[in-house]
Amino acid sequence: MAELWQLSISEALDKLARREISAADLTRAHLDRIEAVEGRVRSFVTVTDQDAMREAEQIDRMRGEGEALGPLAGIPLALKDVLCTKGVRTTCSSRMLEHFVPPYDATVVSRLRQAGAIAVGKTNMDEFAMGSSTENSAFFPTRNPWDLDRVPGGSSGGSAAAVAVGEAMGSLGSDTGGSVRQPGALTNTVALKPTYGRVSRFGLIAFASSLDQIGPFARSARDAAHLMNVIAGYDRLDSTSVNRPTPDYLAALTGDVKGLRIGVPKEYFVEGVEPGVKQVVDEAIKTFEGLGAEIGEVSLPHTRYGVAAYYIIAPAECSANLARYDGVKYGFSARDGVQDLVQTTATTRAKGFGPEVKRRIMLGTYALSAGYYDAYYLKAEKVRTLIKRDFDKAFEQFDVLIGPTSPTVAFKLNEKLSDPYAMYLNDVFTIPVNLAGNCAISIPGGFSDGLPVGLQLIGPSFGEETLLRASDAFEHATDFHTRWPALPQQKRPPRARK
Amino acid sequence: MPTASPKTDVVYEVTIGLEVHAQLLTASKMFCRCPTDYANAAPNTHNCPICMGFPGTLPVINEQAIDYTIMTALALNCEIAEYSKFDRKNYFYPDLPKGYQISQYDVPLSTNGHLTIHVNGEDRRIGITRIHLEEDTGRHLEREGRGEAYSLIDLNRAGVPLMEIVGEPDIRTPEEARLYMEKLRSILLYLGVNSGRMEEGALRCDANISVRPKGQKEFGAKVEIKNMNSFRAVERALAYEAERQEAELRAGHTIHQQTRGWREDKGITVAQRTKEEANDYRYFPEPDLPRLVISREWVARIRAVMPELPDAKRERFIETYGLSDYDADQLTSERALAEYFETAVKSRPAEHRLTRAKSVANWVVGDLRRLLNAAGTEIGESPVRPEGIAELVELVERNTINGKQAKDVLEKAFASGEMPGAIVTREGIAQISDTGELEAAVEAAIAENPKAVEDYKSGKTSAVQFLVGQVMRQTKGRAKPDVVSPLLLEKLEKL
Repeated sequence: MAELWQLSISEALDKLARREISAADLTRAHLDRIEAVEGRVRSFVTVTDQDAMREAEQIDRMRGEGEALGPLAGIPLALKDVLCTKGVRTTCSSRMLEHFVPPYDATVVSRLRQAGAIAVGKTNMDEFAMGSSTENSAFFPTRNPWDLDRVPGGSSGGSAAAVAVGEAMGSLGSDTGGSVRQPGALTNTVALKPTYGRVSRFGLIAFASSLDQIGPFARSARDAAHLMNVIAGYDRLDSTSVNRPTPDYLAALTGDVKGLRIGVPKEYFVEGVEPGVKQVVDEAIKTFEGLGAEIGEVSLPHTRYGVAAYYIIAPAECSANLARYDGVKYGFSARDGVQDLVQTTATTRAKGFGPEVKRRIMLGTYALSAGYYDAYYLKAEKVRTLIKRDFDKAFEQFDVLIGPTSPTVAFKLNEKLSDPYAMYLNDVFTIPVNLAGNCAISIPGGFSDGLPVGLQLIGPSFGEETLLRASDAFEHATDFHTRWPALPQQKRPPRARK
Repeated sequence: MPTASPKTDVVYEVTIGLEVHAQLLTASKMFCRCPTDYANAAPNTHNCPICMGFPGTLPVINEQAIDYTIMTALALNCEIAEYSKFDRKNYFYPDLPKGYQISQYDVPLSTNGHLTIHVNGEDRRIGITRIHLEEDTGRHLEREGRGEAYSLIDLNRAGVPLMEIVGEPDIRTPEEARLYMEKLRSILLYLGVNSGRMEEGALRCDANISVRPKGQKEFGAKVEIKNMNSFRAVERALAYEAERQEAELRAGHTIHQQTRGWREDKGITVAQRTKEEANDYRYFPEPDLPRLVISREWVARIRAVMPELPDAKRERFIETYGLSDYDADQLTSERALAEYFETAVKSRPAEHRLTRAKSVANWVVGDLRRLLNAAGTEIGESPVRPEGIAELVELVERNTINGKQAKDVLEKAFASGEMPGAIVTREGIAQISDTGELEAAVEAAIAENPKAVEDYKSGKTSAVQFLVGQVMRQTKGRAKPDVVSPLLLEKLEKL
């Protein structure tokens, strides 16, 4: 019999309802799993084991007393450390917020609590969600469970690895330019970037506000639907959340893709895509064809300008969003050897932010400065409009677009760390969706030399149901999503970077 | 400094444009639910994670603030944008919790209006460039103590809705600047959108002032004056600055674009920063807020609930009540005063309204306002209600009391809060208009003073004065001499 940590959310909910297992059993199993593998993977910045057990026992007690329980009652989940949790430190994997304890929950966190989910911990990430490998964490890098010498992707690498290795049944990440989908692809997990405005951003520590969106990691489309049913919906605390009814995403999983029009953007199969990745995507397209979908080619001509536009817009927004960290109100505050206010802030930032964060603040400040705004920011916004039009046009003909999530499989630690531009290019296929604001999902598409390859399905705005239906159908026809990493024993645990 | 030859024969002219910041009287802040009434609150008590700029928090627009801004824009004859947005204004200051201020940059809520002021009997139209909405900052205090300099930060004010009204450089004198401010304050008070309290910083004024030789087409270098906390300060600071700039130019010096602060204690402006030191605010659209779409229905809804404004009220008062320009000006300078006046006039039947209105206006603008000022009381809190003033006027009209008595009665009413009629009755100071009572007093005076009657008969007319005095004495002054005299003569003739 499978271990408890290997159950899907659907299976676990069944067993919990039938009282075959208790929430305490299930949570304990995941905490034990964390204990067993964390030394090698290092998904978590903070493990909230005591809170988790207390909450699980509370769920069991409520169940015993016949009280009404939420749709995720007793399900252990992990939260990216960019999501504010009341009373639990929320670090963004930054020295700046190393000891920051928010006095409020993010809306998604309170929705999960309301639904009875158990948070087992806060996961590691690239500092302030800036990066594609989780190596930019100020604390330590997270390892890819499929190959401990490789990165799990990023910035939500901890949330991806935790689900991939069974430390949590599902998790939440945030996706600004691919930060959910790319680590999903590199760790063989299902990773959804919802439409901008579908999920409230309140309590999500901002990187680039017009691009950030919270999304779930799971080990199946069905489990992702369970999470979406809880986190999606309008929130009056987030003026950019969209006030429209939330569908039942589970009900969308009909298993049927007959007649589904799938477009293959030719710009997603260009130089730079590894042959192993291309092969997996080609196979997947054939699988969909076999399931009755209609495949056709489509063009998204402005794809190649996406990365450039993104690296203007995202840093511009981040340069403002991170200006609040001044060492005055909360978080890290440099006190040694500072003489005045300006020095306090300058030293706080010099010591509190890592190199990638500083790079982006400088990029953004430059792009917005007098005399450069039109050439950079305004131009980038125009590109953004063109990219959105590409998608609008494509979705006149197709229900879903298909392609690779990332041009490569997981790369080795330190491989791209010294070459920011190479790192940025890893997000070439995920960035356009954030710029346009529509939705996309990365699902286990197959393997290349034993490493997972992510298949990206892109939908129009509020097309999450279609994405989940197509993903679920693909899972019925394949078994990639059911495979577990054979986590090798490793003597030496990764050391924290200074 | 390079100096050219002094210019003694040139005539200079002054150009002034005002930027006014007005806190809006909404119950809650611009982007969160914290209260705005921080005036007497302990520091950092009117705050929440949103107005303190905590990570992960997001702003939500206070719709009331938009309503108030639209209302103000309509009152200042502005065009209301159909589409507007908020932007981030980036700069570093410790009292700015997010490191940026949510403001409006290139698409303000409204543009292109004007305000009319009355200068030396003439109307002067001052253009309004734009009105936009933003959030106020916190307060930052530099302190010293125990040999250390330190900073104190109070974020109570951070996030209070702030409306910025940018005026065109149409103002030509410091006096016009003061009149503009007074008129603007009056309008804001009429609308009920601002407290008008300059001393509390609820209404703030910065000025751009330049001087150029008369006839020169292009403006002189612009100097921004800050820290003027009263109407008087605005006028004084600008007068000082106009003179300073003119003196500089006359001496052949060049005026450089800069920011200067008004020092109230010394009566001078002091250089603060030059153009080169100015911030690059790096504005960009606020991504946390949706675009504002302002439907014409929304504007119409606000227009429908707008109160009558000072100019319209002034015209109406002149037309309806026959008031003088002066009285109408005075009465409409403050909405509460105008409403007091009108309530008083309307509290009595419509007949004789014109004469009564004139009298009411005199009392309100004159004695009542003097009493209010002396007591430091607002018209809305006046112990003499409008009905009281109306009653007072009526007592005088009916000759129940004379003007001098009315002043005493008003003072007593102001002190006690009693109605004038009640005071008159209680103190028995009503004039005798009953001829029966008067006749009795006259007859008594004749009977008791045969000597005086004899004198009169023998041709000494001065004896009449004596007898009138006796009647007055007997009635304790309640008799009217001009009624007593003929009555007395009539009786004497009949003897």
